[in-house]
Amino acid sequence: MLSSTGHPFIFLLPVLAIAAFWLMAKFEKKEAGLPRRSFFERNGTPVAIYLIVAVAFWAIFMIVLPQLFMVEMSFRPKLPPIEMGGPKDLYTFENYHYFLYGSTTSNAAINWLHLKAFSLTIFASVCAALFNFALSYPLAFYMAQVAKPARVRFLLLLLIAPYWVNEILRAFAFRIIFSSSGLINKTIMAAGLVDQPIDFIGNDIALYTGLGYAYMLMMIFSLYNAIETLDHAQIEAARDLGAPWWHIHAFIVIPFAKPGIASGCTLVFMLSAGSLAAPLVLGGPRSLWFTPILYDRFFQAFNWPQGAAYAFILLLTCVSFVLLVLRLGRLNLGEIAK
Amino acid sequence: MSSRSVLNVMLAFYMAVFFGFLFGPLIIMGVSAFNTSTYPQVYPIEGFTLSWFDKLLSDRDMVYGMKNSLWIGMWVVLLSVPLGLAGAMMMNQVYHKARSFYYVIVVSPVLTPGIIIGISTVVFWRDLTTTTGSKFLYDGVFLTVLGQSSFISAYSMLMFMSRLNRFDRAQEEAGLDLGATQTQVFFHILLPFLRPAIFSSAVLAFLSSFENYNTTTFAILADKTLTTVLAGRVRQGTTPAISALAVLIIAVTVTGAIIYELVKRHEDRKRQERLDAAHKAERMELQSIENATLHA
Amino acid sequence: MTAAVEIDHLTVQFGLFTAVKDVSLQIRQGEFFSFLGPSGCGKTTILRTISGFQDPSKGIIRIGGQDMQGIGPNQRPTALIFQNLALFPLMTVAENIGYGLRVRGVPKADRDRKVDELLNLIALSDQGNKKIEELSGGQKQRVAIARALAVEPKVLLLDEPLSALDLKLRQHMRNELRAIQRRVGVTFIYITHDQGEALTMSDRIAVMNRGHIEQVGNGRDVYENPETAFVAAFVGENNGFTGMVTRVADGLATVETALGTFNGVNRKSLAVGAKATLFVRPELMRFDGEGENIIDGHAADAAYEGITTHLTMKAKDSSSVVATIAGATAKAFPESGSSVRFAFTSRDATVLPA
Repeated sequence: MLSSTGHPFIFLLPVLAIAAFWLMAKFEKKEAGLPRRSFFERNGTPVAIYLIVAVAFWAIFMIVLPQLFMVEMSFRPKLPPIEMGGPKDLYTFENYHYFLYGSTTSNAAINWLHLKAFSLTIFASVCAALFNFALSYPLAFYMAQVAKPARVRFLLLLLIAPYWVNEILRAFAFRIIFSSSGLINKTIMAAGLVDQPIDFIGNDIALYTGLGYAYMLMMIFSLYNAIETLDHAQIEAARDLGAPWWHIHAFIVIPFAKPGIASGCTLVFMLSAGSLAAPLVLGGPRSLWFTPILYDRFFQAFNWPQGAAYAFILLLTCVSFVLLVLRLGRLNLGEIAK
Repeated sequence: MSSRSVLNVMLAFYMAVFFGFLFGPLIIMGVSAFNTSTYPQVYPIEGFTLSWFDKLLSDRDMVYGMKNSLWIGMWVVLLSVPLGLAGAMMMNQVYHKARSFYYVIVVSPVLTPGIIIGISTVVFWRDLTTTTGSKFLYDGVFLTVLGQSSFISAYSMLMFMSRLNRFDRAQEEAGLDLGATQTQVFFHILLPFLRPAIFSSAVLAFLSSFENYNTTTFAILADKTLTTVLAGRVRQGTTPAISALAVLIIAVTVTGAIIYELVKRHEDRKRQERLDAAHKAERMELQSIENATLHA
Repeated sequence: MTAAVEIDHLTVQFGLFTAVKDVSLQIRQGEFFSFLGPSGCGKTTILRTISGFQDPSKGIIRIGGQDMQGIGPNQRPTALIFQNLALFPLMTVAENIGYGLRVRGVPKADRDRKVDELLNLIALSDQGNKKIEELSGGQKQRVAIARALAVEPKVLLLDEPLSALDLKLRQHMRNELRAIQRRVGVTFIYITHDQGEALTMSDRIAVMNRGHIEQVGNGRDVYENPETAFVAAFVGENNGFTGMVTRVADGLATVETALGTFNGVNRKSLAVGAKATLFVRPELMRFDGEGENIIDGHAADAAYEGITTHLTMKAKDSSSVVATIAGATAKAFPESGSSVRFAFTSRDATVLPA
């Protein structure tokens, strides 16, 4: 992993992982004094082998190593294939430097375009999360605490249905509505409100509306699951004591649903910030969004190390956001990832 | 007007806005698929046509992408359901200090943007296949299956975990006690118990794979899936053929949902019948005990 | 004849907690043997150790003379009936009963024959195709028994299987369990905290407390001749008076207590100066005042239960003393608050080390 020639090492990793599992099983036996049976005895040899192989392959080859390789690549210079592993293949911060200051040869100016797109992406994603929370909360509360089971089932079906239509088509639907000859422009022009079509796409209204729409389901489900477990008697009791409705929500329901709110916000933020379909379909030529820039590092600039660096920046942002939400809500990961 | 009815009016208004926002765009898109106008629009209706569906089905890239997506979806199901199951079964067995570490690793794909999963999958496998001389593995379909499965397995793991939480360990012990091996217990008792979760995680895995774009667009390399073809078409320009595709997808999923609902209702009814039977047996039993004591 | 189950100096520890302390016991072939004790006394741990789900920390379990060390639960000649029965909900009644034979590779025809036979035994002949969900509580009990008997175990272990049933059904199932045991002749080891169950069904009972055995004996022994204060207090109702032994003579001991000086049978040969508790069963406590030992106090309550009535008296240290009398004579019990006198004969009282 340290250089392009060191890769045979990675084949040692599954062996190490199996050794680690084996050690864990040993420890478990000693520590608790309870289970006399080892991991293999407990699951039966075939199943135990399946578990170890499957989990090792998934965790190592599909999750950890790809991420490590991407991070490692982000610290490499862009080189033609011939020079890879050669004397010029040294670790460097130039890809991150580029993100902040633009090209190394012109480090006078700051890389305004990318930084602005990046901060706008973060800001808009936070807004999307808050907007979704505000819009979804009443419905989630209604379904979880007020509506009858049959109606809840029907509503759930209604909610899920639009989300099986893929993201691009959902974005496309907004394009039909917002384009210069789309429904809204036709309507307001026919009504004589304007004589020129409004460029909803160029001024990013379409993009933000589409983003607000795209991941609402995640928010509703997270909220619904959390509020559903709240004992209705608590609300009744508060009402009996004369608490006004806003008080009930602010001091009973919302604190109780905190893990759900945190998980909904995290998911919507992550999905919005990492969204590619909405900016591609609904973004205008001058729209600023981070993922298309990232996409272009790979497919237009053909600068993979730089793309990897940008991807890592996005990943770090999402991780920080998760940590921030956990810290703010005083929660642990297990509570929000359900 | 009482405060109660004000509340009801507000609720109705809110519901109308909410579901209007949710379904409006889809309805507009759906209608435009049947309008003769070459630009997808609802108003004015220039005439009813099915020609956009024809056009869609004669779009070779689209049909190719569709087939590829189905093929990938199948492999994702076959890979991520077993991986998710293994991940969930492992969760209860990891030594407890390592458990949260393990949890962070296997849940992280759910919280990682799909685009990053796609990029990292490509970067890793490009390196791996180059250095080990197994270039044939550097294939769009293969990478897409792996990339998608990395987070879809996590979804399915979460579903299995919640099902496994309801598993009664005494069932396993009863199997062992009657002489079954651990492997027999797994196949005869645990797997049948998990069947509903297997089914629903398979459906979820397939649908997530089929509609995925962010991961796929990187991992697919030069190959195509339905979503990548679609993205290309949408960027080139808007045509009602795309609306027609949406109508098809909606039709298929709605049919699926209706069938699912019907099956579920049927099962519920069957279950209710069984519970009624149990109730009846219970009453008869008590009756016969009482009769026996009376005669004695 | 070798014992069906031999427990030899068994100790089971969970970390620092000792669930079973140095227990030794022999259970005979064909016996209905019960472990009786409050929850947490270690009875379930013993059962799980016999069935192989728990390893002993020290000691040996022998079944039919064979040491069970290292033999897994699926290879032991025992079958366990779980507290919640643990029937397989996705299999039919017949599949449940035949499961043990199926995993042993018994051919289907033989299996079916055996299953039919067992369905007959539990009077569910025509119900083999039903799902478990369709059965009543009593039927589920019987299926669980049949499933365990199908593998022809040497020992059947039962972990409070009746606790989930209604009272009436529970009493009925006691008889049925006993009848099945007589018919098949398999050794039954029964775990319960319900003394009524233990007394009515068992050939012998081991009363357990805090991981050790207090007394082993048949129901009558345990009830009438308790060997420890715990057994006297736990099995059946009892009035206990604690104090110091002041005189020993003629097999009797005199105990000085807060309520007076009483005489009782000195079964444990306590010496003068020993701390002791004198026990008198409520049904041996007399309310008409006949007996050498007398307790005065105020009438507190008369709980009428049809056949019997429980009379409660508040003694002078405000402890309660209970006398159980035939239902009809209860009318004579004075109103609450007025003075009453209970009495008992010395032969009816037992003095045990406190």
